[in-house]
Amino acid sequence: MQWSTIYNVFVRDFRKQKKRITLTIIALCWGTISIMLLLGFGEGLHRQLSVNGKGMGEGISVLWPGQTSLPWKGLGKGRPIRFVPEDVDYLKNKIPELKEVGGEYHRWGVSIKYGDKVVSEHINGLSPNYQDMRNHIPAAGGRMINDLDMQYKRRVVFLGNKLAERLFSDTPADNDNWFQESPLSKEVAQKAVGKEILINGMPFTVVGVQIHKMQMNSYSGMDADKASIPATTFEAVFGDPWLDNIIYMPNDVRRMKEVERKVFEVLGQKYKFDPKDQRALGIWDVAANQKEMDNMLFGIKLFLGIIGGLTLLIAAVGVANIMYVSIKERTREIGIKMAVGARRGYILTQFLLEAILITFAGGFLGMFISIALTEGFKRVNIQSEVLAFMGRPTISIEIGLVVVAILGVMGIMAGLFPAMKAASVSPVESLRYE
Amino acid sequence: MSNEMLLAAQKPVLTDNVISMNNVRKAYTTGKVTFEALKGVDFHARRGEFLAIVGPSGSGKSTMMNIIGCLDIPTSGDYVLDDQVVNKLNSNQLADIRNRKIGFVFQAFNLLPYATAYENVEVPLLFARVNARQRKERIMALLSRVGLADKVANKPTEMSGGEMQRVAIARALANEPDIILADEPTGNLDTKSGGGIVQLFHELWQSGKTIIIITHDMNIARQSGRVFKLKDGLVDTNGNGI
Ligand SMILES: Nc1ncnc2c1ncn2[C@@H]1O[C@H](COP(=O)(O)OP(=O)(O)OP(=O)(O)O)[C@@H](O)[C@H]1O
Ligand SMILES: [Mg+2]
Repeated sequence: MQWSTIYNVFVRDFRKQKKRITLTIIALCWGTISIMLLLGFGEGLHRQLSVNGKGMGEGISVLWPGQTSLPWKGLGKGRPIRFVPEDVDYLKNKIPELKEVGGEYHRWGVSIKYGDKVVSEHINGLSPNYQDMRNHIPAAGGRMINDLDMQYKRRVVFLGNKLAERLFSDTPADNDNWFQESPLSKEVAQKAVGKEILINGMPFTVVGVQIHKMQMNSYSGMDADKASIPATTFEAVFGDPWLDNIIYMPNDVRRMKEVERKVFEVLGQKYKFDPKDQRALGIWDVAANQKEMDNMLFGIKLFLGIIGGLTLLIAAVGVANIMYVSIKERTREIGIKMAVGARRGYILTQFLLEAILITFAGGFLGMFISIALTEGFKRVNIQSEVLAFMGRPTISIEIGLVVVAILGVMGIMAGLFPAMKAASVSPVESLRYE
Repeated sequence: MSNEMLLAAQKPVLTDNVISMNNVRKAYTTGKVTFEALKGVDFHARRGEFLAIVGPSGSGKSTMMNIIGCLDIPTSGDYVLDDQVVNKLNSNQLADIRNRKIGFVFQAFNLLPYATAYENVEVPLLFARVNARQRKERIMALLSRVGLADKVANKPTEMSGGEMQRVAIARALANEPDIILADEPTGNLDTKSGGGIVQLFHELWQSGKTIIIITHDMNIARQSGRVFKLKDGLVDTNGNGI
């Protein structure tokens, strides 16, 4: 086969049929863009929702004290239950299925002062395992409260990032926007660590500032607005004998319900209430919520996947159709060329080259535009909660390549089969084609 | 190629006929119905002849011409073209014959609609691998020969029927074939432009080419050297020649 002949004819015809070729490329490009953007935004939304849903921690349950509503062993109903700090270790020892348990104190409206800035905020007494259970994650340069802090009842404080900004920045960002990471957060975190602040007039050293996190639910306010100190210090400083919350995390989140029953049994025995008394303790199974959320997210993903698949199918049919129609129209052209001496191989190679070039030009152009669009969308820094919920569109190159490959193969097959048919019959038959 | 040398060596033994058909049949099958368009035709053409094929509509003229031009193959029978047994050739060899040995002119012109006069004439030259400089020379010479030197850049839609047929003739002549076949070349033209086309064929014949032309026009038939009559897929022996 003479490649220069094929090349000459190919280049010549390609230039001559710009309109048809441009249309095909645009169609392909459009198909690729719509699928990639659909999947890209879907992926972004999915990631964002699953991050948002987990800001408060994963696989945990939150307990708070209640009042008995059932009589138990001669005791009347309506008795208040109260947690003491010892309950934390008690639960851990009695229920081996528990991985972590933590007790928590709250106090609202505590004055916090740094330099000439004073705010009135929420103080938390908690344990180091809140880093894992509740995502109290320190920004670079700082740390969370640790075991030694607990042991020595140190006066150290771990600040929520919004609170830190209010204390350590002259220009704090909008205080109501928990969804957007503040541009100042890193700077503030660096600045705050090691500084001394006054809590109710008592000096505390800042050991860390929380990173920005998406928190969609809470039982005691947003972590970004709180100051956290060791639970032992809290007890000593504020003289508070009762824990406000106990939270726990089982080894295996799938055994949450079983663990919950044991918690009611163990505490029911200790505090003498009916383990079936749902009012004696308040409980919030965060993991169950998250499971619902995960199911919903899976649903969304499945839905987008199906839509994406259907879009791909439509695009593929469209591309196949254009290629097919144009080649049907070109059956006469094939007949003419064969009549003046084109060999079968020349015709097929020309059509194959053309189909490959068109489909891949369209596909990669579409991929390029999709990536450019999503990158552009990411750069637009709109301070908007809507965008924070929608997340960042995330284009996967792998998906793009698969899309291009599917469309490409469809286009090539749609282009090549009719050409093969036209080239395999006698030129007369192709010429007679109307 | 040894095959060709063998055939060349045999040449004197064979006839002077450039085209030789013996008992050629062609059947078309449409669905379950088979129709025999040629029912055993013998046909011979000598080198340098000007031959007209006539016959009623549907008598099989185009069918026969397509076989002569290697655009189609007979269902049975032998066809020898320039001492080559066409029945035994593969599709590439047939393509090469169409490219170099035969120039075919159609009633419907069959030009590429998106290409200019120049580019249409270029097509057979590309498949014959003529280099760019020679292509240009030949195309310009051919287009001026058919009187279209000023229509080089026109597309078929920008030309009259007579002009399109002239482009088609220039294309048929591109690789300097010995044989020119024309299937009712004036069928779509008015008398005046038709006359011009016939004139062109005469000039080509005078320059030594073998011309075979299908026509309904008895005036044209009368100007040819010999008339071959077909009727119902068979040679009409009833007074060949006018
Ligand atoms: N592809 C085909 N399939 C079926 N029948 C065909 C086909 N081509 C031609 N025929 C039939 O073969 C017969 C001869 O056709 P052909 O075209 O050779 O006639 P013709 O002599 O050229 O007629 P005209 O003068 O009208 O061009 C006709 O009856 C036609 O219907
Ligand atoms: Mg005919």
